[in-house]
Amino acid sequence: MKLTEKELEIVEILEKDARTSTEDMAKMLNLSLEETEVLIKKLEESNVIVQYSAIVDWSKIAGHEGVTAMIDVKVTPKRGVGFDEIAERIYRFKEVKALYLMSGAYDLSVVVEGKSMNEVAHFVSDKLSTLDSVLSTTTHFILKKYKHDGTIFEQNDDDRRIVVSP
Amino acid sequence: MNKMMMTEELWCLLNMKKTSYLSKTVEELKPSGIRRFFDLAAGMEGVISLGVGEPDFVTSWSVREAAILSLEQGYTSYTANAGLLELREEISAYMGQSFGVSYSPKNEIIVTVGASQALDIALRAIVDPGDEVIVIEPSFVSYAPLVVLAGGKAVTVNTKKENDFKVSKEELEQAITARTKAIILCSPNNPTGTMLGREDLIGIAEVAKKYDLLILSDEIYAELSYDEQFVSLAAIDGMRERTILISGFSKGFAMTGWRLGFVCAPEEITQAMLKIHQYAMMCAPTMAQFAAVEALRNGRDDVEEMRKSYRRRRNYFVHSLNELGLECHTPGGAFYVFPSIKSTGLTSLQFAERLLLEEKVAVVPGDVFGESGEGHIRCSYASSMEQLQESIKRIKSFLERL
Repeated sequence: MKLTEKELEIVEILEKDARTSTEDMAKMLNLSLEETEVLIKKLEESNVIVQYSAIVDWSKIAGHEGVTAMIDVKVTPKRGVGFDEIAERIYRFKEVKALYLMSGAYDLSVVVEGKSMNEVAHFVSDKLSTLDSVLSTTTHFILKKYKHDGTIFEQNDDDRRIVVSP
Repeated sequence: MNKMMMTEELWCLLNMKKTSYLSKTVEELKPSGIRRFFDLAAGMEGVISLGVGEPDFVTSWSVREAAILSLEQGYTSYTANAGLLELREEISAYMGQSFGVSYSPKNEIIVTVGASQALDIALRAIVDPGDEVIVIEPSFVSYAPLVVLAGGKAVTVNTKKENDFKVSKEELEQAITARTKAIILCSPNNPTGTMLGREDLIGIAEVAKKYDLLILSDEIYAELSYDEQFVSLAAIDGMRERTILISGFSKGFAMTGWRLGFVCAPEEITQAMLKIHQYAMMCAPTMAQFAAVEALRNGRDDVEEMRKSYRRRRNYFVHSLNELGLECHTPGGAFYVFPSIKSTGLTSLQFAERLLLEEKVAVVPGDVFGESGEGHIRCSYASSMEQLQESIKRIKSFLERL
């Protein structure tokens, strides 16, 4: 799908800040409010904009710190459907936050979130590794998130400029 | 003994006669009006500043990292007077690709300490005592003082909002005398944001050719043009030979604090400027030069990102100001808007001072950029969207109270 320059700008603006109001966006793009609404709707309906969500630093919330693991999974692809069928079986679990088909030493990269290491370990041993096509799993727990989806968690963005300059 | 006393007395007498150690030129030079405003704003808490003449972006990490690497590798000595050849080659390629102008890295480019130093050595290289240089106002605050410091006389040509602050051929011609040596041009412009198109430049070029003048073309904001392709004066037919092209990394590449600019001109002029540069400056800072090499090699996508971001904010800000009844044209470049505040009945200074004291929004009164800036304020939209939104709210409540 080829986007116009304005549509592309809308995607870029919303990707940076999904809470940008339509009014402000209309001004930024030199469009009327109605024109902007139509374009946003079109982008949403065509699933170019899939969802609006916030990036949350759960480690800051007492009692909700949670754990995230990245699991390298080797699987046997099936004739006719390749990796898609097993991928779907895996991504339907609500514990799975992300799933990617990878090139290289393993096939699927599964990002799993749970309340504790135990919970994630259970998911891997009970649900994931017991699937027929799964040959092996290697689990890596994330120790600290520095940057996620292009956002640095502890960013010092103080304005260091002098107040008035020529 | 007697003779000795005489000499001492005479010496004291001579000393007493001296009223100041300072040069007359410097004594007569007025401090920039911006300074006064800075002092006022700097002491206040919670100020939203639209008074900043520099990007709100921090220099790209890859550029900063390149400077760190150069330090780690021990590149801490002088470079060639004109700058690292490697950097001059990158500048030459960049100017060719981006603006279609061709300068030899060997003898037509000097890397300077900011575009400001480029301007200084350019003026000192061409001005004899009493020579006149035309400054088109409203203008960047340094032009006229630098002309005076070079021993010349700054002749002002005023532009008007009705003409989008563009100078006409006739207005220029009226200011030309037998002593006129050069014109200083700045597009996109600080403080008005006006960008001159090809046709405008052709008109100015005709005047320069007719009266055999040089043009110092300050193209520091060239990367920040939003609606039309930027045209360099040196790319206009027959102008390369009479153009001193001044640019740098401060604005487009968000590198103000690195103090790195450059100047491109025909060999004869460049070599004259190099004489001044080698005695007065030796060379630009080495680590900044290494950073600039990286900026030109791998930083141009970042410039494009920043350009787009400024354009959105410009559109937002111009729309919002016009909604508030502060009329302004949509400036084609830089990151300034220069709205008229005449409808309020206040002078620029009154408006700016009251806005700062009552609503804590700092803008720069237009008259610091020359008489013709009176009745306007300069707002920089190189601030976060949140700050711009908040400043619009505050300006609105200020206007409602007037």
